[in-house]
Amino acid sequence: MSSNALKDTKKLQVSFVSQASDKDTCPKKNITTDHISKKTTADEISERTFQDVSLCYQCGKCSAGCPVRYYMDIAPNKVVRLIQLGFYEDALKSDTPWLCAGCLTCSTRCPKGFDLAKFMDAVREIALERGVDVSQKNILKFHEAFLDQIRMHGRSYEAGLVAEYKMKTLDLFQDIDSAPGMYLKGKLNILPHNIKDRKGIKSIFKKTKLKKT
Amino acid sequence: MKIGVFICHCGENISSTVDCPRVAEECGSYPGVEYSVDYKYMCSDPGQNLIKDAIREKNLDAIVVGSCSPHMHERTFRSAAVSAGINPFLVEIANLREHCSWVHDDIEASTRKATELVRMAIEKVKRDKPLTKINVPVTKRVLVIGGGIAGIQAALDVANAGYEVILVEKEPSIGGHMSQLSETFPTLDCSQCILTPRMVEVHQHPNIKLLTYSEVVKIEGFIGNFKATIKKKARHINEDLCSGCGLCITKCPTKKKAYNSFEQDLAFRPAVYIPFPQAVPNIPVIDETVCMYYKNGKCGMCVKVCDRQAIDFDQKDSMLVADIGAIIVATGYSLYTIDKKSPDSKYKGYGEYGYGKYRDVIDGLQFERIASASGPTAGEIRRPSDGKVPKKIAFIQCVGSRDESKGISYCSKICCMYTAKHAMLYRHKVHDGEAYIFYMDIRSGGKMYEEFVRRAIEEDKVKYIRGRVSKIYEENGKYIVKGEDTIAGMPVEIDADMVVLATAMIPQDNAAILARTIGIPYDKYGFFNESHPKLKPVESTTAGVFLAGACHSPKDIPESVAMASAAACKSIILLSADTLEREPVVAKVNEDLCAGCFYCQKVCPFGAVEVKDIKDINGIVYKEVAYINQGVCQGCGTCTATCLSKSIELAGFNNEEIFAEIAAL
Repeated sequence: MSSNALKDTKKLQVSFVSQASDKDTCPKKNITTDHISKKTTADEISERTFQDVSLCYQCGKCSAGCPVRYYMDIAPNKVVRLIQLGFYEDALKSDTPWLCAGCLTCSTRCPKGFDLAKFMDAVREIALERGVDVSQKNILKFHEAFLDQIRMHGRSYEAGLVAEYKMKTLDLFQDIDSAPGMYLKGKLNILPHNIKDRKGIKSIFKKTKLKKT
Repeated sequence: MKIGVFICHCGENISSTVDCPRVAEECGSYPGVEYSVDYKYMCSDPGQNLIKDAIREKNLDAIVVGSCSPHMHERTFRSAAVSAGINPFLVEIANLREHCSWVHDDIEASTRKATELVRMAIEKVKRDKPLTKINVPVTKRVLVIGGGIAGIQAALDVANAGYEVILVEKEPSIGGHMSQLSETFPTLDCSQCILTPRMVEVHQHPNIKLLTYSEVVKIEGFIGNFKATIKKKARHINEDLCSGCGLCITKCPTKKKAYNSFEQDLAFRPAVYIPFPQAVPNIPVIDETVCMYYKNGKCGMCVKVCDRQAIDFDQKDSMLVADIGAIIVATGYSLYTIDKKSPDSKYKGYGEYGYGKYRDVIDGLQFERIASASGPTAGEIRRPSDGKVPKKIAFIQCVGSRDESKGISYCSKICCMYTAKHAMLYRHKVHDGEAYIFYMDIRSGGKMYEEFVRRAIEEDKVKYIRGRVSKIYEENGKYIVKGEDTIAGMPVEIDADMVVLATAMIPQDNAAILARTIGIPYDKYGFFNESHPKLKPVESTTAGVFLAGACHSPKDIPESVAMASAAACKSIILLSADTLEREPVVAKVNEDLCAGCFYCQKVCPFGAVEVKDIKDINGIVYKEVAYINQGVCQGCGTCTATCLSKSIELAGFNNEEIFAEIAAL
């Protein structure tokens, strides 16, 4: 696991101070009940996902079943905990939301019916909107490259995705050895297959106000 | 008619927003009012004396008290009136506190409202008729439904007080789930050793009539006067002749056709069986579904070996009707299972734990049988699939319990304790074995309970891991248990030889049906509801029906026993009187007006409406009318409101009285 604010109390206090200037109602001295009067990041996530973050009772079943748990700096349930307690910065900076593959194992098995994958989506969105320094930059680039393909072709275009991703990361030879096999199996078409109603797709993108990267 | 009006200040509760002296003064000049006064605490002794003295001195016929809710002090003021010689039903309460002072702050307006409330009560009391309490007889016999530890305790307590008891148990033997347990927490004493003496005592008690292999099918009547219909299922063995020698069981050739439900399906039983060696009564039952005689008419081995001619293949279910004074319901619980559920079930199964397809993933009761000296492995911890001694066991708590997605949001309360016990028993029997417990919280409230859990951790080195298990799967003969230690913040995988699931306690399958048969309310799960969560925890809302044990909510043995004794005590109190006094606020039918539509019968929530035949002079029935059983009627007034011909009146709340109240506004 990489270093994290929760590991030592000293840093924990520093993070309190740094958050005091935040517009958000991060805890200043101790865990506050500010959320009653003001809208917090937790409220915002609750609104976006249509589920209250206080639903989670921290059983840890999500982390137990997560297939990418071993690569995360903090456990998925801990991200929820940080949001519940008001340590928003730590949650938004974490690797975990970016490594989340959205496989929905956690959401399916959650005893409280809490859709954690949806929650992770909201955390990623808010991190981007607030300009938080994303720890997993390549994953963000992959997302962007993927969305660009959808924007252009209305569906996934693998060769274009690979090309754009490699241009963005400049890591030209990563996974290159699997390309011939994929090509032979017809998984890597040279030319894109556009859908008929590309205008419709464009208008969806327009409505989401997603900036072109 | 001379009426007295008494306005209470209730300290400052009423007087801070209502000008009490002014209310008393204004009401004093109201027609019919002879005397009107206000006082600081009308419920106090001086306050009550004020009422009594006024009644005697002014010769009052009826009184109105402007005070708190009738729920609080109606009884106080009525008894004060009675001691001064007034009928208790000529006392009316105007609620000036909850309905006026507490909910308003404008003194002027609330004083006016208070005056009107008192005036309404005055108009009603003018029309009130003196009523006398109804006396109903009491049958001095208690029906106990369920022969587990709660039912046994309740039956013994009532019987020892000198009253007759009928104990009905649906299984062939009494004993319930407690008879299946190996040891009990927190003392680790043998469950059967402490239970079987009680079972024998029940069987031998002169006041207890034991009906095993029987079910209650119908309850009629009301408190003190129930009539119970009990179905005695056919055992196909004559109970009077059978000596319990067990020869039929040993000679029965159908050995492995039926799972032994007492052993939680871990073993087989013959077609003729007793559930366990200490069964009470020690009389076998023939299982029609597997017995060869019922399949092809052949065999009859048991008939040949029985030297007392006790086998009776032609025996039929019989019905038995008994008069009952009080009912104690102690039907206990059943266990949630993780297997696939039908779409209409209120529960869901655990796909992530394999829906019960792994043979070595067992539940708590199965582990009890494996650990029990009388169980299928004679007390040795061996796994069901291959009989090997497991070297690593993972225990998983909260399976079903606290899992809203599976349909159960409550805590089953006993699992924390019995899982600690299981792990301890395992470590005592398999010294080189490792025990891991996955938990969410350890809930060990109770005498010596927390100490017991600590003992498991500190002395028996049981490893507790805080986190719910996400998946169990089989790999190379091991069961991989995938969890997360949320305290250490790291993923955990255990390659266990056996997994024990602490599955949730749920009500018996037919709990809701039984509740409707008896007429008691139940919650969304099927647990029976108490009358008041704090002050009436063993009474059901139906008068004369009491609850005991886990049929009410998940409970451990001491709690079930305590509740059973409480329920027994409540029934003894009921039975100790020769007649029961009932409030006379009941509905009455005007038989001349009644058209016999029986809408009232349909809406009555207490089943108090009966059909009465009206006969002419020659004894020929010419009309059917509704008749309200005064013993059952609770005075809710639903029939009064429903009656199309306005032929039902509720005593103390008739139309004239209500309309007079409204007109006084």
